[in-house]
Amino acid sequence: MTELALLSKVTLQRSLAVAVTFGLLVLVFELVRRKRLAERYAILWLLAATTLFVLAAWKGLLTSLSDDVGISYPPSALFAVAIGLIAIILLHFSLAVSRLSDQNKVLAQRLGLLQQRVEEVEAEHAHSAELPFRQRGPVAAPSPADAKDVGEREPLSPVAQELSSRR
Amino acid sequence: MRSHLAIVPAFNEVEAIASTISAIYEAAPDFDVLVVDDGSTDDTAARAATAGAAVLRMPFNLGIGGAMQGGYVYALERGYQVAVQVDGDGQHDPRHIHDLLARLRSDPQLNMVTGSRFLDPTGKGYRSSATRRLGIRIFSGVVSLITRQRVTDPTSGFRMTSRRGIELFAHDYPHDYPEVEAILLMHAHRLRSCEIPVQMRPRLTGQSVISSSQSVYYMVKVLLAVFVGLFRRRPTMDAGEPAAVSAEPAL
Repeated sequence: MTELALLSKVTLQRSLAVAVTFGLLVLVFELVRRKRLAERYAILWLLAATTLFVLAAWKGLLTSLSDDVGISYPPSALFAVAIGLIAIILLHFSLAVSRLSDQNKVLAQRLGLLQQRVEEVEAEHAHSAELPFRQRGPVAAPSPADAKDVGEREPLSPVAQELSSRR
Repeated sequence: MRSHLAIVPAFNEVEAIASTISAIYEAAPDFDVLVVDDGSTDDTAARAATAGAAVLRMPFNLGIGGAMQGGYVYALERGYQVAVQVDGDGQHDPRHIHDLLARLRSDPQLNMVTGSRFLDPTGKGYRSSATRRLGIRIFSGVVSLITRQRVTDPTSGFRMTSRRGIELFAHDYPHDYPEVEAILLMHAHRLRSCEIPVQMRPRLTGQSVISSSQSVYYMVKVLLAVFVGLFRRRPTMDAGEPAAVSAEPAL
């Protein structure tokens, strides 16, 4: 009687593990399909989910694996493998985030330099016009504050608008 | 301004870039040249500008896909009707540009023409390592199967697109190792592409984008993208677009 209860408990655990890992696989696949998740970041997830799915579904493999490393309770071995895989994925993402913040910094610097350069060119352009700066009217002779505004609020070109709306 | 653009992606190609640009101007004087400097740490951008090309300087290395897409956005914004990719390392012989153009012009349904290394009628095939040829063969088989037409050189970056292709690639272009996926992207949007034979020269300088340690990732990433792509609904057409050539069932 107790043996039967234990068996059904183990079976329930296993089917739960199988369902969860399979669900993870499907979720990652679907995210890639919808282009929400880039392939480059999906590969590790797919690898991890596949490994866990195989371990969960293939009872003999998990049991012999846990016996080999001296874990008496096989589901613990599953947890150990899962933690290892998640650690790898986290490290991978830390690397990705570091690279992104590096690139972001460079982008901001380049943008700042570019904006300064545009203002400089605009100022040169205004000075080289025949009329003195102040006589050209409020539209043609923006104050420095206005010039900054223009730089920030410059309307996107139709292409840039479309590109940003798709993101 | 001319209506044809040669987009030259370059990463640390200081030795080859000037001769590549002058070869393009010589062989195809009706093309403007845009060099996309993909975060080079050497003098590539300055050399390119001196050689008379327009230069897009990427603030850091984006990878070939991101750099190329930058070129396509430029082509879209400036209203170019035809764009051809020519590698900055001198592998692609600019004398073939007009072959590509003639083929593109010969059929108004065509949106992309690729120069293939493996269609050479003189039989002088492309020399490369066995693993690379095997990789190309696998991609070739997969792409041919999906597009239902023979694609011999899906990794060739020597390709010319029409305005329609420029519009597509400016909006959607694969991030890394883009060539194989770009063909399938074309196919998914019901645009037509074909190949013509070209000869490629050994690269003058620099190293291949793909080192051997990266090639495994390359294969896995592209095959994954191709596989997942099979489950994407093919985009519906925008209003005013030419009708689909044939009513294929969605893959």
